[in-house]
Amino acid sequence: MAHFEKSNGIVDWLDQRLAIKKFMQVMMTQYWIPKKINFLWAMGVILLTMFAILFITGLLLVMYYKPDVALAFDSVNKTIMQEVEYGWLWRHMHGVAASVVFLVMYIHLLTGIYYGSYKKGREIIWISGMVLFVLFSAEAFSGYMLPWGQMSYWAAMVITNLFGGIPFIGPELVEWIRGDYAVGDATLNRFFMLHVCLLPIVVIAFVAIHFYALRFPHVNNEIAEEIDFDLEAEKYLAGKKKEAKVISFWPDFLCKDIFYVCLFMIFYFYLVCFHYDFAMDPINFEPANALKTPPHIYPEWYFLWSYEILRGFSYEVGLACFGIAQVIFFVLPFLDRSNVVAPAHKRGAFFVWFWLLVIDMIVLTIYGKLPPVGINNTIATIASVTFLALLIVVLPVITLMERKAK
Amino acid sequence: MASRRSFMGFTLGAAAAVGGVFTLVGMKKTWDPLPSVKAAGFTTVDLSPLADGELRTVEWRKKPIFILKKSSDMEQSNTDIIAGDARYTVVIGLCTHLGCIPAYHSADKEFVCACHGGKFNVSGKNMSGPPPKPLEIPPFSIDGTKLVLGEVGKEYEEIMKNVGKA
Repeated sequence: MAHFEKSNGIVDWLDQRLAIKKFMQVMMTQYWIPKKINFLWAMGVILLTMFAILFITGLLLVMYYKPDVALAFDSVNKTIMQEVEYGWLWRHMHGVAASVVFLVMYIHLLTGIYYGSYKKGREIIWISGMVLFVLFSAEAFSGYMLPWGQMSYWAAMVITNLFGGIPFIGPELVEWIRGDYAVGDATLNRFFMLHVCLLPIVVIAFVAIHFYALRFPHVNNEIAEEIDFDLEAEKYLAGKKKEAKVISFWPDFLCKDIFYVCLFMIFYFYLVCFHYDFAMDPINFEPANALKTPPHIYPEWYFLWSYEILRGFSYEVGLACFGIAQVIFFVLPFLDRSNVVAPAHKRGAFFVWFWLLVIDMIVLTIYGKLPPVGINNTIATIASVTFLALLIVVLPVITLMERKAK
Repeated sequence: MASRRSFMGFTLGAAAAVGGVFTLVGMKKTWDPLPSVKAAGFTTVDLSPLADGELRTVEWRKKPIFILKKSSDMEQSNTDIIAGDARYTVVIGLCTHLGCIPAYHSADKEFVCACHGGKFNVSGKNMSGPPPKPLEIPPFSIDGTKLVLGEVGKEYEEIMKNVGKA
């Protein structure tokens, strides 16, 4: 057995058993952050904060929610909203957080693209981040179903129907996923299981992997400078804090992150208190009805761009393009063939490409909400083709040229 | 020694694979529709009260079923169901694009899906918009003027031979 000494206090007692001092060093006091980073690098900690809020408000909601087609709607709209003390607050916090978490995720994702933070040694950070994006999408969708309103029901109908497009096994697969001939009680309960149990566990696991993946390549910086972290850390530890290009995550850096978290919380609680309805579709306050489709079905704002790609083409092509759009960002480190790590404004053509991508995604988002009639269909097709072309064709070409020019 | 170790390794691998397959089969079956859901999959509809050109929607397996009694001015199709001396269009009322319910516009004699603008004619054939195929025909059998949905009858098999042919 290992040797233990009589401890001189609770910290020492724990340290002998859990090595908490070393743990704090690795996680906080000797986790090195470059000095030259701007507010866009605070998005990670904001996302972590949002996830914590979603987790805690979710726990409070799940105590009263009933996953049963006959009871679900009233358990949300009556019990939680009207009877449970502060139930309305937890629901609105949960709903708004589920929506704004995507806003921050998109900023986080675009920041990574702009500064080339997915390249050369940081591929695993990028890929684990994309896995988190997909998991959050599944989490958001399964949660959207639970209040069992009209939009919940028909969103579930449309999304489960997408699997019907898979050759040969499609129709049987759809029935198997639903556990019924149409979206029903079995479907609601299995999505409830995904939303409150399986997916949160997997999300937490991937958050851990995402953070761990940062340890070796470290966080990128505003000028994409390659830093010798060991050397800079030595300077810092020797007391030459001004000279060192890095600072410790705790206590030096986190105060900046917390400042941005506070700013974000002002925005978040402004929405929760005054505009909670932006994350609540009015159609969803009508109970689910299997025999009546709402006149116009659309997803929440954060899925509109990929929904529009689905609609932009004929059925089979649309399904295939939708599938590609979901996974295309995963392979970004391999589509970008240049090994230049630099912010977009130092890369000429890549800078133009980046903003074209952003504009195209905004166009897709706007038109995804509009009914698919007349000119809207044409714009949908053009914007969808542009999106796929930008990523599959234009990006590899630009970066190949960049590589040749060097 | 090495061969004994690898034998243990193979044994462990084989046992895990067999156990894994059985587990997956069990899990797959857990997700299948329940027997009570399957048993409730039959619906009987009496067709005789329908008037010419009238559309009735009934529920079968939680899906809307459109039953349209064709009037003489409507086009005939080889997918029509003939019961007594009348022709009927019997289709699952879910757009073959993404599963919304199309509305019947009796003036234009067509089914229009508001979601993505798909249009079907009175026989359920897709005319324009994104739907890739005609409205589906549910399995049925005919018993006099009664339509039994969920049961595969000879009339159904007959019609399914025509599907895909103009």
